[in-house]
Amino acid sequence: MQTFVAALLNSLDLGILLFVIAVGLNIIFGVLNVINFAHGALYMLGAYCAYTAIGLLGLPFWLALVAAPLVVAAVAVVLERLMLHRIYDRSITDSLLLTFALLLIIDESVRWIWGTSIHIVDPPVGLRGTFTVFGAQHPVYSLFVMAMGVLVGVGLWLFFTRTRAGKVMRAAASDRKMSRLVGINVPLVFTGVFALGAGIAGLGGVVAAPMRAIGPAMGANIIVESFIVVVIGGLGSFPGAFLGALILGAIHGFGSRFLPDLNLVLPFIGMAVVLLLKPHGLMGRPAT
Amino acid sequence: MSAGRLVVWGALAAILAALWWLPSWAPYFYIFVATEVLILGLFAGGFNLVFGYTGMLSLGHAAFFGFGAYISAMLLLHLQTPLILALLAATAGGGLLALLIGFFCVRLTEVYFTMLTLAFGMMVFSIAQQWRSVTNGSDGITGFTVGDFGIGLDLVLGNPAVFYQVTLVVVVLAAALLYLITISPFGLILRAMGENPERVAFTGIPVRRYRLYSFAISGTFSGLAGGLFAPFTRVASPDMVHWAQSAEPVLMSILGGSTTFLGPFVGSAIFVLLETWITSFTDRWMLFLGIVLALMVMYLRRGLFGTAVDWLRQRRTRSS
Repeated sequence: MQTFVAALLNSLDLGILLFVIAVGLNIIFGVLNVINFAHGALYMLGAYCAYTAIGLLGLPFWLALVAAPLVVAAVAVVLERLMLHRIYDRSITDSLLLTFALLLIIDESVRWIWGTSIHIVDPPVGLRGTFTVFGAQHPVYSLFVMAMGVLVGVGLWLFFTRTRAGKVMRAAASDRKMSRLVGINVPLVFTGVFALGAGIAGLGGVVAAPMRAIGPAMGANIIVESFIVVVIGGLGSFPGAFLGALILGAIHGFGSRFLPDLNLVLPFIGMAVVLLLKPHGLMGRPAT
Repeated sequence: MSAGRLVVWGALAAILAALWWLPSWAPYFYIFVATEVLILGLFAGGFNLVFGYTGMLSLGHAAFFGFGAYISAMLLLHLQTPLILALLAATAGGGLLALLIGFFCVRLTEVYFTMLTLAFGMMVFSIAQQWRSVTNGSDGITGFTVGDFGIGLDLVLGNPAVFYQVTLVVVVLAAALLYLITISPFGLILRAMGENPERVAFTGIPVRRYRLYSFAISGTFSGLAGGLFAPFTRVASPDMVHWAQSAEPVLMSILGGSTTFLGPFVGSAIFVLLETWITSFTDRWMLFLGIVLALMVMYLRRGLFGTAVDWLRQRRTRSS
């Protein structure tokens, strides 16, 4: 029971974090039809901003939680205006290539600015220490992570269904031409969507900072993981991202405890099985 | 044969002759640069069968390149096989791994395909890094010597000039084979799929199976390139399997031009020379690479060589 609960809690921690990353990836794909290869790099940028704010400048965690996503979103606005908006009309391969170039640029810039050593950020006061359920000890901070995951999920759902800005974004996603005709400034919406997705990735970076080591490889690692999530869940599907993230979290959480030798390839085996049974993911629709 | 073709073949023959006698006129250092250009050019040329011809962006080709490098290094280390055997095994290994990974990847197209190739590529990277008992972890396989070439040839492969010429012959033969594949009916089908897969499917061609063939052939050539690369650098390390290595053929194809057969080879030369030059005064090579890739995609999508070829063709049609 104790090992099971511990594995379950680890699965949830990772699953929630993956959900936050994958949902941003999905938003950008859903509206812009661009798979953002630089999404992991933006997440890493958020984590490094948090490290700078908390570790170097001594600012409170809560301030970093608000400021870092805004910084990442601002970077995203610049990148979108300078580069990404030029290739929306081209084939999807060009957008893959361009975001891949962004990944190289951001990754290397992070190495340049912050160096290659690994950093650690302490959780905020009040969220330190551990708690015990069924004999399994777990950090208090993970409760906050789970709360943030729920907040992001519910917040986005409300945003896209209840607010004008969210509805405008969905309109631009479903029909660009028609949206333009009814007076929606589509290029502005696209910039906003890219900034929103990037900001969520940055938020994920801040939330991850106290529980994962901050290093230059974290972006590449999370992007591979979040690709597995969207392949399992189905690209462009919100519930799919949630389900896929929880499944991958469980594969890691339970796999590392019960099948340590296979842990490394288990996610890929899971992905391969889903691909064979449901090529477009558990919740995805075939592309048209 | 038209005058234009005669000029093209003549130029090609002159370049090959200059390359063959390169050790006698170029400074010693450039023998190494040229060897690297050739090997990575073959890697990029093989990659471009999938990218430029079949129209699918793979970001996992380092898996086949690296697998070839590991096979070649391990055969040379443990069994001291002749080089030709190591190369053949690396070629076969690259093809088989591509067949296996491709089986899953070609089930989906476009973005999904690219994501899957990246993910499976990273799986191979994790295995190379963490299966220490076989791959020696992040240190990689080193300490092997390159003995005979095999098939009765008495070559001193330890001499960089000789190794360069062997590489030249192997790469030219492989590239010629690759070229024959691209102009064969099979190659034309691949090119048609790159332009419009739906239409190809309407003609009754099993598109998915042809995608897999293309991917596997491409992996075969990548494996051979990796098999040459390990004896050249005297190491097979996880770096060769990492996605940063997968980015190289992408960049070379974009730099040279993915719509021409020779584009990736020209791109490899530009890439390696740029890398040699840039890394001599900064460590930020990857940053530079990203900026160049972004600029090429935004403003010069047909590549330097491809744009030059377009320009020559246009001029010719205008003058005639």
